[in-house]
Amino acid sequence: MSRPEIQVKGLHKSFGANEVLRGIDLEIGQGEVVCVIGPSGSGKSTLLRCVNLLEEPTKGQVFVGGTEVTDPDVDIDAVRRRIGMVFQQFNLFPHLTVTENLTLPQRRVLRRGKAQAAKVAAENLSRVGLSEKADAYPASLSGGQQQRVAIARALAMGPEVMLFDEPTSALDPELVGDVLAVMRMLANEGMTMMVVTHEMTFAREVADRVVFMDGGVVVEEGAPARVIGAPAHERTRHFLSRLLDPAMAQVEEETSDQVGGADGTAH
Amino acid sequence: MTGTDVPLQPKKKGLTRRQRRSLSRGAQYVVFVAVVIGVAVTADWGRLKNQFAQWDIAREMFPDVITLALKNTVLYTLSGFAVGLVLGMVIALMRLSSVGPYRWFAGVYIEIFRGLPALLIFIFIGVAVPLAFPGTEIVGGTYGKVALALGLVAAAYMAETIRAGIQAVPKGQMEAARSLGFSPGRAMVSIIIPQAFRIILPPLTNELVLLFKDSSLVLFLGVTLEERELSKYGRDLASQTANSTPILVAGLCYLLVTIPLGFVVRRMETKAQEAVK
Repeated sequence: MSRPEIQVKGLHKSFGANEVLRGIDLEIGQGEVVCVIGPSGSGKSTLLRCVNLLEEPTKGQVFVGGTEVTDPDVDIDAVRRRIGMVFQQFNLFPHLTVTENLTLPQRRVLRRGKAQAAKVAAENLSRVGLSEKADAYPASLSGGQQQRVAIARALAMGPEVMLFDEPTSALDPELVGDVLAVMRMLANEGMTMMVVTHEMTFAREVADRVVFMDGGVVVEEGAPARVIGAPAHERTRHFLSRLLDPAMAQVEEETSDQVGGADGTAH
Repeated sequence: MTGTDVPLQPKKKGLTRRQRRSLSRGAQYVVFVAVVIGVAVTADWGRLKNQFAQWDIAREMFPDVITLALKNTVLYTLSGFAVGLVLGMVIALMRLSSVGPYRWFAGVYIEIFRGLPALLIFIFIGVAVPLAFPGTEIVGGTYGKVALALGLVAAAYMAETIRAGIQAVPKGQMEAARSLGFSPGRAMVSIIIPQAFRIILPPLTNELVLLFKDSSLVLFLGVTLEERELSKYGRDLASQTANSTPILVAGLCYLLVTIPLGFVVRRMETKAQEAVK
């Protein structure tokens, strides 16, 4: 591992009295693919959103590519240009065509010329296999296609790091594969990726490292084969058994150590 | 269920649901027709026609009613709308600002200008402003005054509409824009406001129609012959000819604009829905 591309130091985040992150330390090296897993409300989405400062940490530091993101004097817009983000709900701009979704940010943010922006857009659309949808509006695309356009939009900005916030959780099961294939391609190309996901197969096969979070802390991390295949902690085992075989779960008392997170998803 | 089955519930006595429905509908038709006939029979059509439908008087009004009066009405409305839109946008953004005094000012502005009759604003602009700032002229003369008066009122309503439109754009849109490196201002202009305007196109056009009618308040500013708009023009002519036909013609001229406008909005709405849905 060369210099860490993403570095998180002593990160705390509270929403009012609700402490969602309770001291996270994490390093992600250049070209590394890290999957963050954990139960709903464990703080994993909040952690991801703290990396590009969509959520402002209460305490602690975040560095991306050597720049401190949490420094109040840093040009956050400049830093974010280097960090691509993909959302659970795609968040394409519905009033723009697919191509315009890719060209507008390049032109407005990176000040690229019309021709260059169009060229970069076309390249990235073809990377995600959606060249023929260039002139379509997002509403006419399937969820899987929309998410691939969202990935292409982030890539068009030439990011050094990609953040994925449950990119397949809002998709119909048969559409998940297309999106994961694009992500796998990116991983193979050496993109630094931080992926919050419930796709254990993807984590096992593509991730260099898996981080299991629960209750706002990192419970364990390591190679996917170890964390997913032979978890050391009871909490990890419990989570994985429920995730991999939901039909076998027992009815149990709700415990209050579950921290309501900002990721607002029910799984 | 076949005919041999025993019905699950015994039939109720009295009217069935179907019978009751047709009875109620029939009664509504009867009342409506009776009222129309009643009004038509009791009205004195001859006198009405005499007062409101004198063809030679109506013919006399053309082309001035269009080239002068309607043109001025449209001009007043559009300039008021333009001022209102710009001012309304500023106030909407102030209302959503993180700076307390901005929010406070915008709130007070909206409450005051929505709470006052437009007529008072016209009088205020026409009388109070020249008194308070002697020597200063509102640029554009009457046109400037009308644009300002209509704009001040419209801005209050439009600010609330625009604010609602901005807030109706999903939060993820701002997050996506920010994560791509847009500054808050640029994200607002490039991403959020275009979507907000699609949402508020119908209420905004409704505001245009309201302004179109409110422009008749120019009556109270004291205008020259050349600056008269539809209502003033119609009323002047009505008193000259001692006949109300000009009022009817002026009224029809208003409808000439407002009805097609409503039609256009409905078309735009369906189009926007097809694109965004």
